[in-house]
Amino acid sequence: MPKIITSKDVHLSYGPKEALHGISLDFEEHDITALIGPSGCGKSTYLRCLNRMNDLIKGVKITGSMKLEDQDIYAPGTDIVDLRKRVGMVFQQPNPFPFSVYENVAYGLRLAGEKDKHVLDERVETSLKQAAIWDEVKDHLYENALSFSGGQQQRICVARVLAVQPEVVLLDEPTSALDPISSAKIEDTLMNIRDQYTIIIVTHNMQQASRISDKTAFLLNGDLVEFSKTEKMFIHPDDEKTSDYLNGKFG
Amino acid sequence: MNSKTSNNIATGVIYFLVACVLAILVFLLGYILITGIPHVSWHFLTSAAQSFAAGGGIRDQLFNSMYLLVLTLIISFPIALGSGIYLSEYAPDNWVTGVIRTAVEVLSSLPSVVVGLFGFLLFVVNFHMGFSILAGAIALTFFNLPLLTRSIEESLQDVSELQREAGLSLGLSRWKTITGIVLPAALPGILTGIILSAGRVFGEAAALIYTAGQSAPTVNYGDWNPMDSASFLNFMRPAETLAVHIWKVNTEGVTPDAAAISSGASAVLIVVILLFNLLARMLGRWLYKRMTATK
Repeated sequence: MPKIITSKDVHLSYGPKEALHGISLDFEEHDITALIGPSGCGKSTYLRCLNRMNDLIKGVKITGSMKLEDQDIYAPGTDIVDLRKRVGMVFQQPNPFPFSVYENVAYGLRLAGEKDKHVLDERVETSLKQAAIWDEVKDHLYENALSFSGGQQQRICVARVLAVQPEVVLLDEPTSALDPISSAKIEDTLMNIRDQYTIIIVTHNMQQASRISDKTAFLLNGDLVEFSKTEKMFIHPDDEKTSDYLNGKFG
Repeated sequence: MNSKTSNNIATGVIYFLVACVLAILVFLLGYILITGIPHVSWHFLTSAAQSFAAGGGIRDQLFNSMYLLVLTLIISFPIALGSGIYLSEYAPDNWVTGVIRTAVEVLSSLPSVVVGLFGFLLFVVNFHMGFSILAGAIALTFFNLPLLTRSIEESLQDVSELQREAGLSLGLSRWKTITGIVLPAALPGILTGIILSAGRVFGEAAALIYTAGQSAPTVNYGDWNPMDSASFLNFMRPAETLAVHIWKVNTEGVTPDAAAISSGASAVLIVVILLFNLLARMLGRWLYKRMTATK
């Protein structure tokens, strides 16, 4: 399978403190890759490098190379807006806009210049269906998205990202603020869309990683410890530390 | 003393303090309305003021107050919006920003007489504007700017960082994220700022005496051409506002019914501020609904 994102020796530091000590990870198209590791290991930080969300934080310095297909993500001429259209993101806290469900999903398209009502309607419906939330919201499309439950809000956020049709979807602990049932629905959603998108998910939940991902990367203290097929990692990890973490000896 | 008694005492003290504030408010409002309302009639609201005879109204002053508010907002809102957005979204956290913030705060604590005299010397005399509603609006902008800028900045800041991240991660530019997501979410707070500053504009007298002037020449309410000197929309004409009128009839007025006029005008002023408040909130709610849950 072709690689869609390649990264080599990525270092990131906040001021004098280095948080990532040279991470090299490649992601294949249409794979679900899970990033796991204890809190503070740098998995979210690494994820946020991929669509340059760390640019928003002051004093961050990033070195190394990161490429989306053959385009250098950190090249000076990179169009960040375009990059983020291709690499969408779902956050830990559900963060729908204070608009209606319809507007939430249609917003990115609308601002990108799509005016045709039919196209918008169609895309909103498809995205909400892909995010497995359509049945719950189809009769409430014009109600404020904030009036739904946390799990529903998170799936609306997934639909919102899918509507702009990115190639890669990044999820930063998307279920850690949700109850188990809502979490399971988000997982269903990811299984639903895995054929059309490349998914990279940061998760605290090892069972989640083992259930849904094709490959898993284990990070510890800013280093990549192990990266392999999920099945292999969970049954025969190469590294002692991975085995200890997966067996709950620390974390 | 056990914690239960201290809790009761604290609650009692707090209730007492709130009661004091309420009592003052009720007393003031009640006094102004009870002494003022009997003097308010249709005739009072729709006839011109009299200089010497009794029975004058406040038609022109009332209109001037509102017109001045509109002009002031037209001048100050865009500036305040721009600087509020800059301070909240773009300003780097360094000493220049600090100086700007302090300057804004100092501006808001300037005595209004000083601003009035400054406006008089600069706009009325130096720029040959004469006593004009425009000079008044510019002087009031000085008061309005800090209030508005601060409240806009704070309401923008109150919008969760998550909303900005969500916008940016969808591939929206920073500007579109601000105008399309952050601003609508901040709308209720911004509106409160406008309402507060409007109260100040309605109530201001000292700064206007030297800038918008103390006379209300007869204007033609049918003349919609702002360039016409007799038009009610002309902003180069002197324009005594309601607050200035209250001050004037009490200090140098020679009309026999000065007391009645000033109590009536005060009551009207309060009612107008109240109405403006309600109207602005209704408009805000409507706007917020339109911007957030479409249709």
